[in-house]
Amino acid sequence: MSIDLTTLSIVEARAGLRSGQFSAIELTQSYLNRIKALNQTVKAYLHVTEEQALESAQAVDQAIQNGKDGALLGIPLAIKDVLSTTGVETTCGSKILAGYTPPFNATAVQRLFDAGVIMLGKTNTDEFAMGSSTENSGYFTTRNPWDTERVPGGSSGGSAAAVSARLAAGGLGTDTGGSVRQPAALCGVVAIKPSYGRVSRYGLIAFASSLDSVGAFGRTVQDVGLILGVMAGHDPKDSTSMNVPVPDYMATIGQGVKGLRVGVPKEYFIDGMQPATEKAVRAAIAQLEAMGAEIREISLPHTRYALSTYYLIAPAEASANLARFDSVRYGLRKTQGDLWDTYKTTRGEGFGAEVKRRIMLGTYALSAGYYDAYYLKAQKVRTLIKQDFEKAFEQVDVIASPVAPTTAFRIGEKADDPLQMYLSDVFTLPASLAGICGLSLPCGFDESNLPIGLQLMGPFMREDVLLRVGHAYEQATEWHMRQPAL
Amino acid sequence: MSLSRAEVEHIAELAKLNLTEAELDQYAVQLSAILDYIAELNALNTDDIPPTASVLPLKNVLAADEVTFGLEQKAALANAPDAEAGQFRVQAIFE
Amino acid sequence: MATKIQTPAYEAVIGMEVHAELMTESKMFCRCAVVDLTAAQPNTAVCPVCLGMPGVLPVINQQAIEYGIMVGLALNCEIAEFNQFARKNYFYPDLPKGYQISQYEFPLAVNGYVMIDLPDGSTKRIGIRRAHLEEDTGKNTHLSDGTSLVDFNRSGVPLLEIVTEPDIRNAEEAEAYCRKLRAILQYLGVNSGDMSKGVLRVEANISVRPVGSNEFRNRTEVKNLNSIRNMFRATEYEIERQIQVWESGGSVVQETRGWDEQKQKTFSQRSKESAHDYRYFPEPDLPVLEISREWVERVRAHMPELPDTKRERFMNALGLSAYDASVLVADRPIADYFENAVKAGGDAKIIANWMMGELFRLMNKSGLEREQINEISVKPEQLVEVIQLIEKKTINNNAGKKVLEIVYNKGGEVSHIIQSEGLAQQSDEGVLRTAVMQVLDQNPSEVTRWLNGEEKVIKFLMGQVMRAMRGTGDAQAVQRLLEEELNKRK
Repeated sequence: MSIDLTTLSIVEARAGLRSGQFSAIELTQSYLNRIKALNQTVKAYLHVTEEQALESAQAVDQAIQNGKDGALLGIPLAIKDVLSTTGVETTCGSKILAGYTPPFNATAVQRLFDAGVIMLGKTNTDEFAMGSSTENSGYFTTRNPWDTERVPGGSSGGSAAAVSARLAAGGLGTDTGGSVRQPAALCGVVAIKPSYGRVSRYGLIAFASSLDSVGAFGRTVQDVGLILGVMAGHDPKDSTSMNVPVPDYMATIGQGVKGLRVGVPKEYFIDGMQPATEKAVRAAIAQLEAMGAEIREISLPHTRYALSTYYLIAPAEASANLARFDSVRYGLRKTQGDLWDTYKTTRGEGFGAEVKRRIMLGTYALSAGYYDAYYLKAQKVRTLIKQDFEKAFEQVDVIASPVAPTTAFRIGEKADDPLQMYLSDVFTLPASLAGICGLSLPCGFDESNLPIGLQLMGPFMREDVLLRVGHAYEQATEWHMRQPAL
Repeated sequence: MSLSRAEVEHIAELAKLNLTEAELDQYAVQLSAILDYIAELNALNTDDIPPTASVLPLKNVLAADEVTFGLEQKAALANAPDAEAGQFRVQAIFE
Repeated sequence: MATKIQTPAYEAVIGMEVHAELMTESKMFCRCAVVDLTAAQPNTAVCPVCLGMPGVLPVINQQAIEYGIMVGLALNCEIAEFNQFARKNYFYPDLPKGYQISQYEFPLAVNGYVMIDLPDGSTKRIGIRRAHLEEDTGKNTHLSDGTSLVDFNRSGVPLLEIVTEPDIRNAEEAEAYCRKLRAILQYLGVNSGDMSKGVLRVEANISVRPVGSNEFRNRTEVKNLNSIRNMFRATEYEIERQIQVWESGGSVVQETRGWDEQKQKTFSQRSKESAHDYRYFPEPDLPVLEISREWVERVRAHMPELPDTKRERFMNALGLSAYDASVLVADRPIADYFENAVKAGGDAKIIANWMMGELFRLMNKSGLEREQINEISVKPEQLVEVIQLIEKKTINNNAGKKVLEIVYNKGGEVSHIIQSEGLAQQSDEGVLRTAVMQVLDQNPSEVTRWLNGEEKVIKFLMGQVMRAMRGTGDAQAVQRLLEEELNKRK
């Protein structure tokens, strides 16, 4: 075995497994070896499921020998720890769920398992997916493989860093306001946030129910398309999953961008943006034009209100979603005085600062006398933001923008100023509020050799267009091939 | 919009969160700052705008009334901090 | 309350809130079985959804919606076209998610009414403000050691909350409302009506005011009413208590009160509740529900006959009196029993008499409620058999009662019992005459009194003959023979 199997894309690894060039055990072992060597530096995983991974790999090799095939047969992936996994501790990066082992798999995870995926472990996240840096994890902060003094982004920073550092072939994340797109950008990998309702949320431990989606990480656009294709589709256990056919993404991914109309929203190029980021994103847009796309300046006038809208709706829903952590049926219990004291102590000590801050904000926004002024107002503005996109997509097929205003920031840099931290999501929040799909892919590096991400946003349920544009861009550029030196 | 300590305490009580003195002070300042920022929404006239509770074009998602087995009692209680006689045990509630 | 003060100067203003579990196969938002809480082992009809495990999602049970529509229609409500579920947020150990999925701003049914039947034979219209769907909670059991146990078998069972307008004026009306509502739910087949099992739970919001005033004074919400009898007593007690409070110069505290069955008193359930703030907001996990008029009509077409319609039919087609018809339709099992008996081939009026006389007497004696008629050993066909045997003079009336009592207490076949107990009617003139002559010989003074014109003595002699024949004599024949033999002795 001469090549390092961890350098292969999922598409390449699938080919190698199919042709018998290497076994699933060998592939899995390569990743486990690399995890052993590097996870202590990157801190991508909360727990590595080595034994289970090797058992699955063995079963896969057996299946391959028996002539079985599957879209992701034998592919080792990292799973964000907010996705439920049967019998495997699932903590959401929170102390309050330490030791909790779900009796069921999230639907998205189950579909991957059914397709032959091998789980390498559960990856770190900001507690309950609330954050943009993994600094809010109840356990530790994940490091950016490009500069371990910097954050990987968040909340799915563990999966992003794992894919970037080749500690997994691909990964699962969740995106509520940018939580797969922003860390993908900061770690120099690809991530797709599907439209709301495209992938079942069953088993995704809810943060904000009307915004949460399960997304995928990979080192190429094709790879995330493959993972999405397996996860996507109607689930009777999720009343908010769309019962519509899932296109064959691989069938259209190579069709190029010629004739496609790419919208460039002026509101996404703002003061205070890192110059290198703007330059790289504009260059990427020029590249698309050079490849035959038609570039149109568009306006999404309510963009500036997305942050306020999001920070009312998401915390309000979160305040209810996190009420179940009451120490009765699972998780931490800190017994104190009477039952209510126990509730309050458990929740006061079990939740971290950011989670408590958002529960407080959301509880306030829903409380008597404030509902109309805050929550209802935010829902109305959400309508305006959604309408902005609907109007835009009458003129263009896809919208291009930066993913984040800056490249990866230093650990601790924004930790004391929640509002500054929230601002790192300004470009990803609007698509979440509108429920549309978004793709994040590498489009350059800044002067410190930190990756920059290009965001492509597509109409509701048009992930196929995003993958097609992203793949065409990737074919014409080499950003995705750069690897962090670890 | 600035939140008083008393309001912060009231919200913490509603949310069943024990907060330290330092947290109460900190959240009063931080939540006030966030609410100040959010006040920008008041600049928008939304009188005739319907609220969006869900972005989905869905309605009437229903399941047939057919029983499927869930969990064995043991599995239901597997994660319980305290269980007794097939049930979850908690401190009694004094109303 | 020791003494009841007569104060016609006050009237009560009562609104009722009833929580009715719907007898679907599976729960409201998951497909766990709906089980009998008093029979099932704890936490055996649960799944991640109704246990509120992290990451789970609700899916609406279509049958629960249709049952809700049915009840709404039966209560003459408008069925809302636009329905939305909301989260009602509060903490309690039996509430696994920390919120209850309920309907708030957009309930299923509004603006209805129900006609209640009062003891004096009159009816009254009670307005129904709303009926909305929600999920039931689990069940806490408090132990003596200061801990509680929680069972989630009930968690997620579909629940319909039915709220009246404050149209009820006294405990009798409150009882009539509960009986009527329970009958409707039973007729629709959506609830067993068994309050002792907690499938139907009643709360009364009670205030009093001077007669003639339109004000609404402070009200109390009386809970823990696990039978109609307790509801009646608690309501009566609470009305009197409030009147006394006002009369003694005090004022009624707006609060929740429980019913202490032992002491027969309501008591304050002071909760150190920080005034509830449920923070309702639309349930983001559930798309809205639009109930088309076509859907409503489809449900209506499949609705079973309701008590008022049945009552009319019993009067018009079967010739029952208004009173009899009301009694027989008041509980669905009674009505079913009656109809099965009529079907078995008997005269409706006679069957009604026997049921309301003998059967109800036997049930009262053994402490059975009307709705438990299905549990008795006397089957409708057996009641009819007895009635027909009386008509055919195979047995007499008394023997009929005796047979019924034996079947009721011990079971068995009617014909077999008549035989083994020797209850067949004796009509043989020779046998009867012998018995008559024996009685006359043994009671010479009574015979003399009769001969002296004291005619009513014949009743005593009748009784003696019947007793001698262990009640089996043909009464008409005995009477005739007695007169014949007495006249012979003039």
